[in-house]
This record gives sequence, C-alpha cells and structure tokens, in this order.
Amino acid sequence: MKRLSRFRRHKAAGPLLLLFALFTIGTTFQIADATTTPALTAEARTAAIEEGKQLFLKGCSSCHGLNAEGGAIAPSLVGVGAASVDFQVGTGRMPMADMSTQAMRKKPVYNEEQVQALALYVASLAPGPEIPEAATLNYERDGSAAEGGELFRTNCAMCHNFAAQGGALTQGKYAPTLMGVEAKHIYEAMITGPQSMPVFSDKTITPQEKLSIIKWIKAAEAEPQLGGASLGRVGPVTEGLLVWTLGLGLLIGVAVWLATKAR
Amino acid sequence: MSMEIEAIKDPGLPAHVHRAADTDPKAAKKAERQVAILFLLSALGTILLISTFFFISEDTFIYLPVLGNTNAYQLFLGLGLAASLFFIGMGAIQWARTLMPDEEVVAERHEFRSPDEDRADFVATVKDRAGQAGLGRRSLIKRSLGLSLGLVGISPLLLLRDLGPLPKDDLTKTSWKAGTRLVTDPGDRPIRPEDLEVGAVAQTLPELASGEKRTLNNIGKDAVLLIRLRPEEFNLDAERLSWTHEGIIAFSKICSHMGCAVALYEQQTKHLLCPCHQSTFDVTRAAKVIFGPAARPLPQLAITIDADGYLVAKAPFTEPVGPSFWERSS
Amino acid sequence: MTARERIAGNVASYVDDRTGAAKWMKKNLTKVFPDHWSFMLGEIALYSFIILLLSGTFLTFWFDPSQREVVYEGGYAPLEGLKMSAAYASTLHISFEVRGGLLMRQIHHWAALIFMAAIVVHLLRVYFTGAFRKPREFNWIIGVGLLTLGIVEGFLGYSLPDDLLSGTGIRIAEAIIQALPLVGSYLAFFAFGGAFPGESFIPRIYTVHVLLLPGIFLALITVHLMLVWYQKHTQYPGPGRTEKNVVGYPLMPVYMAKAGGFFFIVFGITAFLGAVASINPIWLYGPYTPGQISAGSQPDWYMGWLDGLVRMSPPLETHAFGHTISWNILIPGLIVPGILFTGMALYPFIESWVTGDKREHHLLDRPRNAPNRTALGVMSLTFMIVALLNGGNDIIATNFHLTINQIMWFSRIAIFVLPPIAFIVTKRLCLSLQRADRDLVLHGRETGRLLRMPSGEFVEVHEPISPEKAWLLTQHEQNPPLALEEVDSRGVRRPGVIKNKIRARISKANAEAVPKVSVEDLKEIEHH
Repeated sequence: MKRLSRFRRHKAAGPLLLLFALFTIGTTFQIADATTTPALTAEARTAAIEEGKQLFLKGCSSCHGLNAEGGAIAPSLVGVGAASVDFQVGTGRMPMADMSTQAMRKKPVYNEEQVQALALYVASLAPGPEIPEAATLNYERDGSAAEGGELFRTNCAMCHNFAAQGGALTQGKYAPTLMGVEAKHIYEAMITGPQSMPVFSDKTITPQEKLSIIKWIKAAEAEPQLGGASLGRVGPVTEGLLVWTLGLGLLIGVAVWLATKAR
Repeated sequence: MSMEIEAIKDPGLPAHVHRAADTDPKAAKKAERQVAILFLLSALGTILLISTFFFISEDTFIYLPVLGNTNAYQLFLGLGLAASLFFIGMGAIQWARTLMPDEEVVAERHEFRSPDEDRADFVATVKDRAGQAGLGRRSLIKRSLGLSLGLVGISPLLLLRDLGPLPKDDLTKTSWKAGTRLVTDPGDRPIRPEDLEVGAVAQTLPELASGEKRTLNNIGKDAVLLIRLRPEEFNLDAERLSWTHEGIIAFSKICSHMGCAVALYEQQTKHLLCPCHQSTFDVTRAAKVIFGPAARPLPQLAITIDADGYLVAKAPFTEPVGPSFWERSS
Repeated sequence: MTARERIAGNVASYVDDRTGAAKWMKKNLTKVFPDHWSFMLGEIALYSFIILLLSGTFLTFWFDPSQREVVYEGGYAPLEGLKMSAAYASTLHISFEVRGGLLMRQIHHWAALIFMAAIVVHLLRVYFTGAFRKPREFNWIIGVGLLTLGIVEGFLGYSLPDDLLSGTGIRIAEAIIQALPLVGSYLAFFAFGGAFPGESFIPRIYTVHVLLLPGIFLALITVHLMLVWYQKHTQYPGPGRTEKNVVGYPLMPVYMAKAGGFFFIVFGITAFLGAVASINPIWLYGPYTPGQISAGSQPDWYMGWLDGLVRMSPPLETHAFGHTISWNILIPGLIVPGILFTGMALYPFIESWVTGDKREHHLLDRPRNAPNRTALGVMSLTFMIVALLNGGNDIIATNFHLTINQIMWFSRIAIFVLPPIAFIVTKRLCLSLQRADRDLVLHGRETGRLLRMPSGEFVEVHEPISPEKAWLLTQHEQNPPLALEEVDSRGVRRPGVIKNKIRARISKANAEAVPKVSVEDLKEIEHH
C-alpha cells in the first residue's frame, strides 16, 4: 500500500495543496525571471553593473565600504559572489535593519532587477559562487527525497531541526525555518554559507545531492497532517504543553462537573 | 452579660437539598432524556467510526482550520472512537448525578490499631514463635543462613554475565589509523583539501576497506567533523597546529559530555554547539569548552594528505572519543 | 418488586451460594466514597494505565523489537530505500499501513503523558492536603515508587521506535550508565550487549517495557487501591465531617456509575487527543544513527527536568589516578534526583518526627493551615519548574527571542535562589490567609454596604458568616511545637542534644500560625 506516496496527487488534497501549487508556479517564474540575466548582452551587462554600483554606493557602502572592501561592522564582499548577494538581498536580510544578533528574513527592499544589478556588481569585483540557473534547480526531477532526508539529517537537522522548522544557536542567534523558502535561496545558502551557516562544498555535497536536500525539504513542507495538528513539529516540548493544558484541562473539567451536585 | 458566648461548634451535616428530578416528575423525565441523548451520541460515534473505516479512503485529506490539511481517515476514526467512549461516560455520570440517590451517607471509621488485648496477644505470639525458631540461640544456624543468603544473590549476577562482552579497549579505540582516508557521510567519497572552501564543513567517516561493512557502533565512535578556517584564525599550540592541514581541522563529532553528535558549527563565531545540552566548543582553540556542561574539549584528529592528495588521518585519536568513563585516564 | 430487581436478587444469591461472599459484598457495596473533583486525579492515572495496557497490546501485534538492519519498502516515500532497524520499520508500518495503527500509537503516547501528569497532580493533591499522614504512609511510598517507575517505563516506551530522537535519548542514558564510577563501562556493556548502540538494547528494553514493569505496576497499583479501600478515603473538613466518619455516596450504584463513567471519559479524551493532535511523528525524525542529531532534541516532559538539570550543570570532572569521575553527569543525573526522590518518599516520617504527631488523620488539611508543608511543596515545585524550563531552553529561546545562554544562566542562579524565595513567600501567604480566616470569623463578611454614623463617619456593614463556614475556618488543630527539654527531670543532660535542638527548632518553625478564633476572642469582641 503506497497511499502516502500518492497523497500529493490525490484530488482531495484540498485548497492548501492548491495554494502550494500556485506558490510553486510563482516561485518557478521568479527563478526563471531571475536567472535570465547571464544571457544579457555585454552592453546591458555593463549597464547593470553600473546600476548595481550606484545602488551599492547608496544602500550598502556605508557599512561595507565604498569598494565593498568591508568595514568595522560589515565584512568585505569581494569574492562573495552573485549567489551570496542574491540570497542576502533577495530574502530581505540585507540591508540589515537591526544589527543586534543576526540578519533576519524580511520583505526585500530591492526589486528583482535591482537585486540582479547588485549581484552583478559584486560578482564583477572578484569571482565567487554564481546564482544557480533555473534549469539546474529542477529538484523534482533530479533529486531523491529519501537521499535528501538522510543528507538533511546529517548536515542540516542539527541547526534547522528534524523537520526544517529552525532552531536555536548560541547567544540569541538562530537557524531560521526553511518552510516557504525558495529552492534557489536554499541552494545559494548551501554554497555561500550566509551568516552563521557553514559552506557546503559541491565536492562534499554534490549539486545533485543538494537538489535531493531541497526535494526533501519541499516534501516535508508539503506534507499534510497525517496524525492531526502538527504542534509546530518541534518535538516533545509542545506535546507536554498540550497535555498539561488541553489534556488535563478537559479531564479536570469533567471531574469538577462530576463532583458537583445536580440542581 | 446575659448571652453565653460559646466556642464555635460543628453544626453537623447541612440539611439535604432535593434536586429538581427528585421532586418534579417532569424534571426527572427531562434528566432521563438527557441521559438517553448522551448514550445515543455515543452510538453515533461508533457509527462514525464504522463508516470511516469502510467508506473513507485512507488517503483522503481535508482542510480544517487550526489543524491544516489533515488525513480524514485518521481524524474521523479517532473522533468516532473518542465520541463513542466519551458519551458513554457522560451518560453514566449524568445518570448518577441526576437520577440515582444523592443523599449523602455517613459511614463510621474504625481505628486501625487493634484492641490492646489482641495486640498484646499478637505481639506475644510473634515473640513466642520467633523464640521457638530459636534464631537467637542457635547462632550457627543464624550465621550459616546469613552466609547462604548473602551468597545466593551472586548467582543471578553471575548468570547475567553473558549480557555483554567486557569493554576491553572498545571505549578507547576507534577505526581511525594513520593513513585512513576521510570520506563523506553519506556518500563515502574521499575529500581533497581544495574541495573545502574557507567556512566549509564536511561530515566524514573513515573509508571502508573493500568488503568491510560499517555498523552503527562504528559511526558512534568514528564520526568526524571537518572544518576549514583561515590558518591565521587558529589559536593553537605548535603540536595541535601540526594536526591541521591548510586550515582544515578535524574533531570527533561525538560529544565529550553525553555522546550526542556535535555538528552545529557557527561559521562566524567558529563555535561548535551541541544541541542536546548546549555545550559550546571554540574551534580555534582546539574545541575548548567555553559554555555548558561538557568538561573536556572534543578530541582532535590529526590529518594530512596522502600521495593522491586526499585527506587522511595522520594518526589515530590520541584519546578516547565520546563521554567519560571510569577507566578514562585524562 | 420489578422483574429486574428479582433477577438482580437471584444473581446475588447465586454468587453467595458459591462464594459465601454475602457479608463482605454487603459491606463493600454500600462502602462510602467522598465526592470531590480532586479525588478523581488518581483515577485519571489508573484509567490511563488501563488505556496503556489496551493500546499497548494492540501495538505489540505488529511491532518488531529488533535492531536488525532492514531496507524500508513501505509506503512513506521520503524514507523509501533507506536502511533502518526493523523496530523503526515496523513502527512505520503500524503508522501507515495498519488501519487505526497511527491512532493507537498516538493514543498510547498521549495516554502515557496523561498518566504521568495525572500521577503528578494526584501526588500534589495528596501532599498539600496532608493525606499522606498516618495511617497512609505506605501508600505514599507506593505512590512515589509508581511515579519513579512511570518515568522509567515512559522513557523505555518512547525509546522503542528507534527513531533519531529516541536513539539520542538512549545515547544519553548510556552516557549516564557509563559515568558511574568503578562499574560504569561494564554495566553499559552488559546493558547494550557491547558497545553503543549494538543490536541488543531494544529487544531487551522491550521485554522490560511490556512485561516486567507493567507486571510490577499492576502489583503496586493493586496494593495501592486495596489500601485506599481498606483504610477508607480521606475527606475534606466541613460540617458533619470528622476524623471518625466518612461522608459521601455509596459504591453501588452512584460511585460505580461515576467512576465507571469516568473511565470512558478519560479514554474518550485520550482518543480525542490521538485523533486531533500529532504526537511523536517518528517518520519525520528518520531512523537513528549516532552521526545525526536534530536541533531541539528533548525528552518527554516527565524527563524534561532531568535534562534541564544536566544542561545547567557546571563543567566538572575529576581526573585522578588514571580515573575519571563525571560530576557534570552524576550530580544532575543521579545524585540530585536521588536525594529529591528519597526525601519525597520519606517525607511522611520526617513530618511526623518534626511534629511528634503519631495519631491517625482522616480529615484533610487546608494547605494554609500547614504553612511549612505548603511552603516546602511550593519550593520543591519551583525547583522542578526551573529545571523543566531549562530542559526546553532552546525552544523557549527561539520562540521568545531570548538566548540559550541567558536562559541557562538564569536557571543556574534561579535553581538556588527561587526555591527559598518561594518558600518564604508561600509561608507568608499561608499565614496571611490564616489571618484573613480569623478576621472573617471575628468580624464577618464585608457586604460592600456603607453606613453613615451619626458622627458623620462612614463604616462598612459586616455580616456574620454562616455557622458552617465558621466551623470550616476553625475546625483545624493548632498544636504547640514539641517541647524537648535539654535536661531531664533530674537535671541530667539528655543524649542527642544537638539532634533535639534541631528538631525543636524545626518543630517551632513548623508550628508557626495565626491563632484561630477562640472563645476568649469571641467574648472580647462581644465587649466592643
């Protein structure tokens, strides 16, 4: 019986699945849109780099330095590559609003085109990891969820938790949840190692294996509630909380009713 | 003063208050109906369970607020079972509350202590019988019994001997030998130094000789974490520095506290954190403990490269990996 | 006589003809049980135990307690083709292929959490009302034993599926065994049939989990209930309730219907949780291997305080003469819990030593009337809650934007500072409540109605309280502290002076109370 492997195709999967499908379509378009840039003509490319430079001077240079050489509070961006910029700016982490602990995911300040321009500019300073092309990100075709799960548990779960819900690091830093993160950004994070996250080299985790990891994350994200409310998928803490509140609450409620005299 | 002031006294059980159902036949009829409805709800619960079992496919999902996209089979099976049980209970209790007698009854307690006479008798009997056994006088019997009782406990302990082998050097030795290649976990691919960028990590295991099989016992001791830093970031003594290779440093991944996998590496602070008990280790200072309950650094594995340029162990671990034990010497 | 009653009568005589039980049955069918919601807490635990037996038996029909390596070929795609133990694969089979299997697994696990929670609240009720006093000390000790075994049984239970989380728990248990001085590594090797994780541990704990411990549970619960039955239930104080009687409802039919019905309620609510809330989704954790770990690896709640203590422990280890002693494991993992549970088991004897009270007690105390005991209870509870919170420090940190380091340091300090504060505050609070009781008896209830005196002064009208209420507020005993003379009647110093001094001091602190309303007080107020 392979009912669970079929659940995503089942027509009764409901509006959530539809939403997810819409989301995926949207995401795919975004990726496709984003990765058409390398096909730019040389002229357009120079123009974009120039635009990126202007954006950089206005929005980033106060911390990262006029030539992205870094400063007291921000690292050098020479050699971080386009992927790094696309991840940091594309997920809204940069420019950073709150310097206290770590850059948080928020609504991006720049639009798709501006992010590309910035990425091209930074990439023009020194070579670094490039933005993966949409064609190479076909994790549904090229990945294996089971293999991805094993890789995820060995390499990612210690920070991001067994179900990719995120977890605590030291001194208030945290590994964010991976729910709702675009495949492109997950991939970029693995190859660039943003903030606290280490780099996962293509030789130790091959590009195909990275796609497997993404496929597993997307499967975990799309997995419906097989046994009722998920309680956040963070383990026994919320389970204990539910027993002491709802569980004992209901039981003691009935016990109180049982012991009161009927009118 | 005319009125005598008295101590506050026990006024006794308050007068019984009748329930509506005790006096009003209409109310009694209503209570009866309520009980019946509760029992019927239980029956409906069972019907829900039966119809779920036969008519809802196991891969049906429905969207519900709070729960999300939920497996309908599991949900309705459970709700049916819950209702069928819960409402039997509610019915029975409502029946007891509204229709069964609710006059409070007073029962007397008896003291547990027996009457003095019986007790004296009992104590005398025990003394007498104990005397008859003569345990106090016959010290030879007493001592030999003590000896045999003491010894009999040894047999089960001895018979359990084959529960497991003796530890021998199992806790101190790992599979790492000089020249063992580090391979990726999972994947089993050897690694060259240039495969790792600065800031990269790799989860590794010792390479298997052909025909060898890796067991969980091996992984439990052999798992190693590779981390690449800039060489100038190290703050190591000369010996430990020589154990690294081009900024790549290798540590046992098995926590020196309680054995969880310490693989949570923060690239910026160069700290390793164990998610079980939050021991924090400073990679630049040979995994020195800087926070949490662990008392020892993670054992460092000396690494170098072999003729083909792959990373290998330069020497086995110089100390046992994993949690402490009595025979551990440092 | 209706036909039904006639049949019931015939059944009764049929049974008596064959057992001669008429006298015993007659006495016990009319046995009186006092009615109070807090007396149902122990029943929740009892019924959860029955639910655990039923649902557990269901699970054994498919569970394969083996660490033999298999390749998964079941229906859950994200694990397809992975190597795992047969135990894990069969748990997946129960969850996905056995109809109702996931429901039963969830009912079993929720019932275990409810079982432990009910034991704890039951224990708190018994403690704070003084129900453990003579003649019920044995039952208190059995209860503490059941709690301890429950923790072990629960741990073994969630360790059986051999998923990543439970394997991590076993790893930590192994480290605790291994940390024992002298015999640790030998014990660990015997328990695991060699090095960790081996292939023997799960089959072994399976036998303990489904046979040995449930057997001991059954025996202890039987004795626990027989003692309750024989000693009759305690009751709350109130008009008409004395040390010599018990006021309530007869077993047949009222209590039978209520208690029997309550079993179905507990089962129904557990099934409800099993239906609507996911618990231990093992398919997401993945199979256990020692090289993997998840962020936020926690034990179930009843072990959480232990984990919290281990987390906050300072990094202490002794290395001497070629040997290692891990204080960072032994103190939080064994020594502190050992002291706590021993102290708890011996508490009835400690209290009776302090008060010198050797009489039977069947009327419960109102917690405020035993300020020291109540304060000690709240103090212990505070200790446990701080430890428990630290056990979930990573989850708390991410949800409330704190740092694990802050929470850890808070816990390290709070575990020493908060319990004594809790003691002092609770004791003061109890004494204030006693004072409030006294005022209520002397001056009556504030009505909220203001009266203007001829002098222009406003006073609030007080209404006397009912005799029932007045009795409730004054029925308790207030015993003086033990008088332990240092010298006997002939002027010779008694032996054990220091012990007696300590005892007298504790006894004095224990007897601290706001004097309850006496006849003199009432007379005095009459004069005004």
